Amino acid sequence: MRNWRKLTSTFAILLVASLVLSACSFGGGDSGDAKGNVINLIETAEPPNLDSARSTDSASFTILNNVNEGLYRLDQDSKPTLGMAAEEPTKSDDNKTYTFKLRDANWSDGKPVTAKDFEYAWKRAMNPDTASEYAFIMNAIDKAEEYNAGKAKAKEVGVNAIDDKTLEIRLKQDVPYLKDLLTFGTFLPQRQDIVEKHGEKYALDPDKMVFNGPFVLSEWKHESSFTYKKNDQYWEKDVVKLDTVNVTISKDATTSMNLYNTGKVDYTGVGSEFIDSNKDKPEYFLQPESTVFYTEMNQIKEDSIFKNAKIRKAVMIGIDRQTEMDKILKNGVPAAGFVSPAIRGNDDKKFRELAKVNIEYNPQEAKKLFDEGLKELGLDKAPTVEIVGDDTSGAKDDLTFVKEQLKQNLGLEVKITSVPFKERLERGKKGNFDLLLGGWAADYNDAMSYLEIFTTGYSYNRGKWSNKQYDELVKKAQANENFDERLEQLLEAEKIMIEDAGIAPGYFRSSPSLINQKIKDMHWHAIGPDYSLKWTYVEEGK
Amino acid sequence: MLKYTLKRLSYMVVTLWIIATVTFFLMHLLPGTPLKNEEKLPEHIKEQIMEKYGLNDPLPVQYLNFMGGLVQGDLGASYTQDGREVSGMIAEGFPVSAFIGGQAVVFGSIVGLLLGLIAALKRGTWMDNLSTMIAVFGISIPNFVLGALLAYFVGVKWGILPVALWESYASSIMPSFALALVVVAIISRYIRTEMVEVLDAEYMKTAKAKGLPRRTVVFRHALRNALIPAITILGPLTVNIITGSLVIEQIFALPGIGEYFVKSIVNNDYTMITGITIFYSILIVSVIFIVDILYGIIDPRIRLSGAKE
Repeated sequence: MRNWRKLTSTFAILLVASLVLSACSFGGGDSGDAKGNVINLIETAEPPNLDSARSTDSASFTILNNVNEGLYRLDQDSKPTLGMAAEEPTKSDDNKTYTFKLRDANWSDGKPVTAKDFEYAWKRAMNPDTASEYAFIMNAIDKAEEYNAGKAKAKEVGVNAIDDKTLEIRLKQDVPYLKDLLTFGTFLPQRQDIVEKHGEKYALDPDKMVFNGPFVLSEWKHESSFTYKKNDQYWEKDVVKLDTVNVTISKDATTSMNLYNTGKVDYTGVGSEFIDSNKDKPEYFLQPESTVFYTEMNQIKEDSIFKNAKIRKAVMIGIDRQTEMDKILKNGVPAAGFVSPAIRGNDDKKFRELAKVNIEYNPQEAKKLFDEGLKELGLDKAPTVEIVGDDTSGAKDDLTFVKEQLKQNLGLEVKITSVPFKERLERGKKGNFDLLLGGWAADYNDAMSYLEIFTTGYSYNRGKWSNKQYDELVKKAQANENFDERLEQLLEAEKIMIEDAGIAPGYFRSSPSLINQKIKDMHWHAIGPDYSLKWTYVEEGK
Repeated sequence: MLKYTLKRLSYMVVTLWIIATVTFFLMHLLPGTPLKNEEKLPEHIKEQIMEKYGLNDPLPVQYLNFMGGLVQGDLGASYTQDGREVSGMIAEGFPVSAFIGGQAVVFGSIVGLLLGLIAALKRGTWMDNLSTMIAVFGISIPNFVLGALLAYFVGVKWGILPVALWESYASSIMPSFALALVVVAIISRYIRTEMVEVLDAEYMKTAKAKGLPRRTVVFRHALRNALIPAITILGPLTVNIITGSLVIEQIFALPGIGEYFVKSIVNNDYTMITGITIFYSILIVSVIFIVDILYGIIDPRIRLSGAKE
């Protein structure tokens, strides 16, 4: 009996001790008790890095977009609008040098934002010692690529703070998407004194960074939540209406739905299993993305049937993507080409609106082409091919659908291999696949961000499709400073890619989401950050 | 006893060294690199960054560097969360996992013990059957199914407890409960089986014949003997549960460390893989050590034979 009592009391002491110990560690966010205009959002991942020179992921870029500001920022239509730049830049006669005047603006600690902050941040990103995984986004700048590869000095790079308020950018050559590019996170300014003060710990916590955007990051509980507060030092603070934004990190789609349904948050992504029950609600909307999913066909192997263009084309038009989107994946539209509908063409129109191709499902034609192709190769029957893709549930659904369609429409036997992401990359790199399912999202708002990856010899062209005419057009466009002509060349290049079926585009993805109807003017972006809160407000009385 | 303890401690160090070494070489067999933007990064820049992190060095050199850091207690910085120290990340998340898990183990053990006792003492009655049924449920229903059901009914439908997040004590109840069921099941089964055996033993008859009160017979003579197997299993079970569960932590959006066990491997986050493995191993070997000592308290014969060694 004595021992029994001892045991019980030990348990009791343990329980009490653990309660006391943990009492201080509960998260206890601001949600609910904050005054003023407050909204509560969800993020699906812990932001890995808020050091803009080193960030690579959308969670980090989204935060940075709301707490910092570059020369331009994305507006309500995802077009670049003036940020730290006071006015449009002046251009040199050769169109390669842009000179920006900065507006009078302060960092959150009251110090002025200077041209030096831009020069410092950009050169820091390019510096090989920083080991930035996005420095290549700056390759349009003169000598940036060389400096990043250790083949040029920092002072040779085409970024120069002439004085506190004047920034000069010298490009390798003029590009039509410069303004869009400058909205990208890697181009944000940084304060040398703050970066150097915190070293490796820079931007790991809100007190180890400064802000020049509409909000400041006031709190960051790792793996749990973070909070934005309105930045009183922001140059256009009168436009900013929200006082507080609480963001909860919830990695599971069902959990996020639960939080939304109990009113804990005002926004959530909608997992595929919840789309049918939510798609008719007024809060339902499709968050834009620039991701295109496509199948690469291995043309390296000596005996590959995909060396035959007719067989490639049969795969491209032999899959009923409309049915797949309507009935199975439900998060996108069939790809009409390779370049996403979010991408600009010229100042008025999107690339897709101007495109010269449109992929249409045609099983009869596909079967005909497939049989002709086999005949040309001297085969009676196609060998079984292996399709490699990710092991996520969405990718598995896609793989299964493609397998069924190819068997049904072409009589092609397909074996599915679904592997973890890193393994898929490795297999792609080594050419260890027949068909490879992958996706690509734009780094900058231009068709070149898509089309250059399938030129001959480009590392991401893993099926090794090669077409001389295509290569030439892309190369010409890369060097072309006549923007109308350049666009024409890119449109033509995409047409060749689709006609020759270099790859088989599948679908353009978007993210089904729900948002509380009282939240107005929260602007969503397909490229770079997910959203901007600068203009967002809460409608009263709802 | 001291000699025995020292010997056990040196075994622990050797065990940890073997675990760290095997983990190190195994993880380098994983395809890909720890880089985050690997997909888009130009090949020559990728090589340059790998070089900078020393990831292109021959494996034995990397191993020596790794061991060097480890001896000094430096687990390194995470590759996926740039700059954040692995030890710091574990230190931040572990209290959450440990609290949820600890509560589950305490609750689960107490309930399991009671159920097991009742089942053994009332063998063949409805109470015994009920306890068996609870145990079967506990073993066969995965905690994530229970977690999801709890979140939906208790959280969303009835609104009794918060659906998720780490905000107040109430946030810990559902996740702990979801994790506790398996503990209840395992402990109650062990206790019941052992108790049934012990209650039939000769010395129990002796104890009863001596005229000892029933309570003394059950608790002092029977339960004490029946506890040994339960404690043996409880040690590793506790470590498993307090180091967090990926699914439970995701279902309830908790900032624990359960996720690191899985994500680090998916992302090839080498420092996190070794860090979390070593952390887990230290817990396991320590718990085994503690359990050994507990045996001694519960059954003095074990202590005696240990001392003789």
